[in-house]
Amino acid sequence: MDWFPLLNSLRIAVISAVIVFFAGIAAAYYIAKLPRLIKGVLDVVLTLPLVLPPTVVGYLLLCLLGPRRPIGAWVLEVFGTRLTMQWWSAVFAVTVVVFPLMYRTARGAFESFDETLVQAGRTLGLSNTYIFWRIRMPCCRQGILAGAVLSFARAIGEYGATSMVAGYTPGRTATVATEVYQLWRIGDDALAMRWVAVNIAISAVVLLAVNLLERRRGR
Amino acid sequence: MLLVDIKKKPGEFQLDVSFETRGETLALLGASGCGKSMTLQCVAGIIRPDSGRIELNGRVLFDSKKHIDLAPQQRRVGYLFQQYALFPHMTAAQNIAAGARHLSKAERQETVARIVRQFHLEGLENRYPAQLSGGQQQRLALGRIFAGQPELLLLDEPFAALDSYLKWQLELELMDTLAAFGGDVVFVSHDRDEVCRLCDTVCVLTDGRSEPTVPVRQLMASPGTVSAALLSGCKNYSRARRLDEHTVRCTDWGVTLRTAAEVGPGITAVGVRAHHIVPGPGAENNIPCAVSRVIEDVFSTIVMLTTPGDGLLRLELDKEAWARLGQPEKLTVHVLPEQVMVLTGGAGCTT
Repeated sequence: MDWFPLLNSLRIAVISAVIVFFAGIAAAYYIAKLPRLIKGVLDVVLTLPLVLPPTVVGYLLLCLLGPRRPIGAWVLEVFGTRLTMQWWSAVFAVTVVVFPLMYRTARGAFESFDETLVQAGRTLGLSNTYIFWRIRMPCCRQGILAGAVLSFARAIGEYGATSMVAGYTPGRTATVATEVYQLWRIGDDALAMRWVAVNIAISAVVLLAVNLLERRRGR
Repeated sequence: MLLVDIKKKPGEFQLDVSFETRGETLALLGASGCGKSMTLQCVAGIIRPDSGRIELNGRVLFDSKKHIDLAPQQRRVGYLFQQYALFPHMTAAQNIAAGARHLSKAERQETVARIVRQFHLEGLENRYPAQLSGGQQQRLALGRIFAGQPELLLLDEPFAALDSYLKWQLELELMDTLAAFGGDVVFVSHDRDEVCRLCDTVCVLTDGRSEPTVPVRQLMASPGTVSAALLSGCKNYSRARRLDEHTVRCTDWGVTLRTAAEVGPGITAVGVRAHHIVPGPGAENNIPCAVSRVIEDVFSTIVMLTTPGDGLLRLELDKEAWARLGQPEKLTVHVLPEQVMVLTGGAGCTT
């Protein structure tokens, strides 16, 4: 069995999850401070990929990154490389699709944080630095970690946008998800079943981690 | 000694509060939304008044004219939040230690041990707040405040988060704590019973405006304003007009009453406490009424009476006393002139 699809899936998921982790937290933290109208608009825009079909996200990405499209053409001219149909093209797709998950959970964690804890800390004479790192962050940590793990799980499972932006080239852009589709298409049920089992195992472990985090959070 | 004289106008609402304490426990009494918590937050430095001055034991905490606005960290003001605001990810001991961060490590440990003893938290040091009962949480929150040795204590409805059966025990404990503290205390409440038992003086807040501070007994005996009367638990009041120095026309009740207190020109209403209405005719101040409803309360009977002017009177008596009257349809009651409270001002946000 060629393990390339697993390796590829994992590296795409790890890179995307790291990007989404920081981008999601930063977006959640700063958007919460914006005026209500701008916040509402940005919120809709940033959450849209969660509810759009991945094929629509993939199509929109191709509209931007395709070799004859504005960004894609420019990169091709300057750097001499296509932005699509590379293994790392999938990172664009996965990042956009997974971003809302991280953004939403981080925002939920920040919003459910009880501001009176900060006020109490200040009246107790605690410095603002101490309050941020030792009170606000620990109280939101469980939620943020759960969001990160959930994002990672979703990143491994992304199929639609990935297949459009990165395509399926065995040994180059194949992921677990696109591999299963390809094997089913050519009728190799035995191998397809193995990849399905691998995928389920990874996702189950990740979800178990989410549950453990959630339980600790409820303590 | 605490001096507060502040104004703040966040939107429609206007806060205009002034009071002072001299080592006693002062109650800020008012209905919800009257600006009590906002006042505490201004004193603690969590929110900033638009103008005014706050002074604690000779230190200026806030002065808009001199541009002084100390950070909460510098004010040495202990604030007991309604839900206690304990740090959920820290154990009881860590919560107390957080209140004593200004001390060295050894001193801090000593303080934690002392606070644990003082607030009866032995054996709970390693528990998280969520693993403590409501009463234990309150003791921990108070202990954490005292670990920082505050000069002033602000208590925001300390019993609001508790079941009623827990309240009494904690009230007794709080009395001891306040007595041991000895400094100024501002106690926010909407419950006149609590205020009566725990506080020395009281400042009534109506729609963000404070009335002059008075001793608690005085508030109960002669509240002065309609809103103070309502907050002091007075159930009966009627709009009123001055006829002469000791006579008022009660327009809602449709009767004329004699008062022991002198009637000033500013009178707007009179109030009579439910247990000061005496069934049966008396020498004066008789009010012929019709019985409109009889409600059985836990230990007493509440009788709603319709007055000649179609106003309502609430009469409370012992169940036996009511039974002896034999379920009358009409009932004449009277009120002693000394029990008629002469009131000024509107009802404000208490209505």
